[in-house]
Amino acid sequence: MQEFLQMGGYAGYVWSAYAITAVVLIATALWPGIRRRRLHAALRKRWQWERSE
Amino acid sequence: MWSFLHRLSSPPTFYRWSGVITPIFAVIAAALLLVGTVWGLAFTPTDYQQGDSFRIIYVHVPAAMLSLSVYMAMAFSAAIFLIWRIKLADVFAASFAPVGAAFTLLALVTGSIWGRPTWGTWWEWDARLTSELILLFLYLGVMALRSSLPERNQAARAAALLAIVGVVNVPIIHFSVEWWNSLHQGSTVSKLGRPAIDPSMATPLYLMIFGFMFFWLANAFSRARVEIVDREQNKRWVREALGDKAEMQRRAGEK
Amino acid sequence: MTVFAAAWAVLRRELWLASRRPGELLQPLMFFLVVVTLFPLGTRPEPELLATMAPAVLWVAALLATLLGLERLFRADHDDGSLEQLLLSPAPLALLTFSKVLAHWLLTGLPLVMLSPMLAIMLGLPMSSIGTVVLSLLLGTPILSLLGSIGAALTVGIRRGGALLALLLLPLYVPTLILGASAVAAVRDGLPADGQLYLLGALLSGALVLAPLASGLALRIASE
Repeated sequence: MQEFLQMGGYAGYVWSAYAITAVVLIATALWPGIRRRRLHAALRKRWQWERSE
Repeated sequence: MWSFLHRLSSPPTFYRWSGVITPIFAVIAAALLLVGTVWGLAFTPTDYQQGDSFRIIYVHVPAAMLSLSVYMAMAFSAAIFLIWRIKLADVFAASFAPVGAAFTLLALVTGSIWGRPTWGTWWEWDARLTSELILLFLYLGVMALRSSLPERNQAARAAALLAIVGVVNVPIIHFSVEWWNSLHQGSTVSKLGRPAIDPSMATPLYLMIFGFMFFWLANAFSRARVEIVDREQNKRWVREALGDKAEMQRRAGEK
Repeated sequence: MTVFAAAWAVLRRELWLASRRPGELLQPLMFFLVVVTLFPLGTRPEPELLATMAPAVLWVAALLATLLGLERLFRADHDDGSLEQLLLSPAPLALLTFSKVLAHWLLTGLPLVMLSPMLAIMLGLPMSSIGTVVLSLLLGTPILSLLGSIGAALTVGIRRGGALLALLLLPLYVPTLILGASAVAAVRDGLPADGQLYLLGALLSGALVLAPLASGLALRIASE
C-alpha cells in the first residue's frame, strides 16, 4: 500500500495530476446542475406570482 | 427520415429524450472513469523508462484527444446552425464550448505536470502543448465573443462564424507549430501519448477515452437542457415539463 | 456602376478619409517604431543577442501594430450608418470588404514594410537578410489585415472591443508569425528561406479568397 501511494517516487506528480483532473471534471459536472436549480426556482417563483395576480 | 430528424431536433422532443439518456450517459461515464483510473493507477505494470510518471497519460491523452474533437463538433454544430438555422445546433455549440475548454485546460495542466519529471521543466515548448495552448485561446475567444454580444441570436451567429474560422485554421496552426518545433528542437521528441504503448497498458487508456467521451456527452446534454429551458421559458411545454400545476389544470380543463 | 467601380469608390473613399486625419495614419507606424526601440532597452545591446531576437521582435511588433488599426476598420462606418449602405449595395459584399482591407493594408501594412529595413539594421540583422525581411512582411502583413478584418467585423458592435479583438485574432496569427519570423531567421543564418516564403504566399492566397467572404458574412451578422 505504501509502495502504491509513493508511485515509484513520482507521487507528487501522479497524484496531483489525478487530483486536478478530478476537481476540474467534478466542477464541470456540477455546474449545469447548479444553474438548473437556480433557473427552475426562478421560473417557479414567477409562475406562482403570475397565478396570484 | 428528414421529418424524423426535424422532430428530433425540436426543443421539446430533445428535452424529453435527453432527460432519459443524460443520466444513463452520466452513469456510464462515471463507471468508465472510475474503473479506468483504478486500473491505470494500480493494475498496470510500471513503465521501464518513465517509471510510474507515465500513469499521467491516462488523464492527459483522453483530455488532449477530446479537446480537439469537441472543438470540431462545436464547429460542426455551428455550421449546421448558420446554414439551416436549427436552434438546437446552436444550443449544442454553446454547450460544447465550456466542456471543451475544460478538457483543453486539463490537457495543458496534466501535460505540464508530466513534463516536469520527463523534461525537467514545468513548461516545455513542445509542439503538442503549444498547440493545446493555442486551442485554449480559440475556445476562450468563441466563449468571450458569445458573452460580449448582448443580443442572443446575433451572439450565436457571430460565435458560430468564429468557430468555423477557427476550425479552418486549426490544421494550419497545428502543422505550423509542429514545423516550428521540429526546426528548433529536433532532438526533443514528444513522447507524450505516442501510440507505441504496450497492450497491458492500453486497456485503461481506452476505458478513459470512452469515459471522457461519455462525460462530454452527458455534460453537454445537461447544459443544453438548462439552456433550452432558459431560452423557451415562456413556452407552454416548458411549464408542463417543469410540472407547473396551474398549467396542468388549464390543460385538463381544456380537454 | 459596375462592380469594380463600386470597389474602387470604396477604396478611394477610405484613402480620402484617412488623408484628412494624418495623425491617426501615423499611429501604427509610430507604435511599430517604439516597440522595436524598446526591445533592445529591455536587454543588453549586444549585436549577436539582438540579431537572435530580431526576427521575432520585428514580426511581433508588426503584428501588434496591425492589430492597433483594426479596431477602427469598420467602427466609423458602423456608427454613422454607412455600413448599412454598403450592405445594401448590389455589388458583392466580399469585394467591398476587400476594398476596405486593401485600404487598411495600404495605410498600415505597406508603411510598416517600408520602415522595416531601417529597423532590421538597427537590430543588427545582416544586410543580406534585408530583402527577406521586406519580402516576408510584404507577403505576411496582408494576411494579418485580411484575417484581422474578420475579427474587426465580428466585434464591430462591441464598445471597447480591443482586448476581445486581440484574443480572437492572435491565435489565428500564429502560422503567419511562425513562417515570417522563421524566414528572416533562416536567411540571417545563411539558409534559404524559399520554403517559408512559398508557404506565406499560399496562406496569402487562401486568405485573399476566404477572408473577405467571412468578414462580409460577419458584417451582415453584426448589422442585423
